[in-house]
Amino acid sequence: MNTIAAPNTKRSIGSVRRKTLTWIWKYRYLHLLALPCMLYFLIFKYIPMYGIIIAFKDYKGIGGFEGIISSDWAGFKNFHMFFDSIYFWRLMRNTLMLSLYLLIFAFPAPIILALLINEARGMWFKKAVQSISYMPHFLSWVVCAGLVLQLLTPTGGPVNALMEMMGKEPIAFTSDPGYFRTILVLTNIWKEVGWGTIIYLAAMASIDPELYEASTMDGAKKWHKMLYITLPGIKEIVAIMLILSMGNILDGHFEQVFNLYSPAVYEVADNFDTYVYRIGLVEAKFAYSAAVGLFKSVVALVLVVLANRAAKRLGSDGLW
Amino acid sequence: MKQTSSEKWFDTCNTIMLILVCIVMLYPVLFVFGRSVMTDLDRAAHPFAIWPTVLDMSGYKYVFSSGSYIANAYMITILRTLAGTFCSMLFTAALAFALSNRDYPLRNAFTLLIAFTMWFGGGLIPLFLLVKSLGLYNHFAVLILPGLISAWNMLILRNFFMQIPTGIIESARMDGANDLVIFLRIILPLSSAALATISLFYAVGHWNSWFDAMIYIHDRDLWPMQVFLREIIHNANLNDMIRSDAVVEISPPAQSVIMATIVVTTVPILCVYPFLQRYFVKGITVGSIKG
Repeated sequence: MNTIAAPNTKRSIGSVRRKTLTWIWKYRYLHLLALPCMLYFLIFKYIPMYGIIIAFKDYKGIGGFEGIISSDWAGFKNFHMFFDSIYFWRLMRNTLMLSLYLLIFAFPAPIILALLINEARGMWFKKAVQSISYMPHFLSWVVCAGLVLQLLTPTGGPVNALMEMMGKEPIAFTSDPGYFRTILVLTNIWKEVGWGTIIYLAAMASIDPELYEASTMDGAKKWHKMLYITLPGIKEIVAIMLILSMGNILDGHFEQVFNLYSPAVYEVADNFDTYVYRIGLVEAKFAYSAAVGLFKSVVALVLVVLANRAAKRLGSDGLW
Repeated sequence: MKQTSSEKWFDTCNTIMLILVCIVMLYPVLFVFGRSVMTDLDRAAHPFAIWPTVLDMSGYKYVFSSGSYIANAYMITILRTLAGTFCSMLFTAALAFALSNRDYPLRNAFTLLIAFTMWFGGGLIPLFLLVKSLGLYNHFAVLILPGLISAWNMLILRNFFMQIPTGIIESARMDGANDLVIFLRIILPLSSAALATISLFYAVGHWNSWFDAMIYIHDRDLWPMQVFLREIIHNANLNDMIRSDAVVEISPPAQSVIMATIVVTTVPILCVYPFLQRYFVKGITVGSIKG
């Protein structure tokens, strides 16, 4: 810093140059390791970020990425088009409804399962339950959707066979708008409930064992301890997880919805992420769908930052 | 410790509930596994059964017949998993090492630039257009390059490197070792467990990934397994496809092909995940990544 502020004589320019050179030379191996990697971030992260300007342009669909720069500015035209269309409210409604349902039904599920696992008798049994419940987390949504469709199909699926045994008409669940959100919530719980227990089980493991011993002396029963020691013991982490999941309220669960939905249920299934994909890459309305995507990711960023800040106040490490 | 009868009852109820949870978790997977070796007749007669009365391997015969679309897709998946994991690890470890060095003057600037990409990105459309402009569209490399370094994995690995005692590194430097030698001879051998973990993260990610191939790859010959599976699950004309792909004399039932494909896509993951889970668990519970 000082050398730059120094009088601009030939000598000081020379010394700056020499300093720069020795600085480059001193860390040459670290530069060698780091710079190619930073080139990756530049090309595949920062250049697309610059490409966001396509949302404010009149991109005609030609010229690839360079076409973004050469096409004319369109101001907020693409955004107005989106806000005035029926899609804005439909996507907002579907996104928020799914998030709300997940918050109500899928958020408490791992807490309850963690409480049960925590009380499980026998180390072997406990480990087995944990391993089995983690399993679906490692399967892709393509595979999970395959399983779900096999179970729910009206032609020979076990769920419909069960309904027939009870004398009911078979239902094409996955293409029925009335059932689609329920399917999303149930499959989400099935896939992630076991995985979600990890953080709560870790919190339960760190509860002071003396509390349990003292309460045993006082004659407390197991479910008393569960309700009055274990549950209060994890209430901070529950609060933090709740706030963080509220930060993700605009998340469209793209992989899940995309692999399960079909045109028959677009009305209740479509959200920002699936819409951006369909309009952008299937119908090739690049600028318009980039505007939809930008709107969503800016609002989502604000929500995540706010949620993270609130969680930090509660003593979490946050996402950092 | 003496148990009262009400506590015994509590334990019994809890055990039953947990067993029910396990059944719910396992049934869909076992259902597809079992029924992948059934005949259409058998499947129709026993809608809940997961155990075949007659063994019918025609689905697997089709899937594994060399030259079938699916066998080819399987090779692509294996290739992308191996090549992708190797390339990702090479770059991730190099960057993690450079950024773990507390003296490196660009450390904070680079870390900040990388962390920002975890919060905000250009989104689908600009990246898609960029990939096309770079000539990566419909090229095998597109399955590896755009996701080359995961910021998350890199930061976890960097934190691991930073826990290695500096004394070891300092004494090596005294002996005249440069940063490259320290990286290759000291840091990497000391971190084999962490490197294995991150490799498995990448490998599972590659094995399960489908969206990149779906949008960037046009040629069926370059499709990985997951994209193929997606295609046949949602393809109403699967029978025509199987018949046109005449690698077996008698076309197997579509149901058998779908289920056999799900099974061969899932089995490698099921074999690996029990070893993975404890590392993943560690990553989640310890994985605060402060700079």
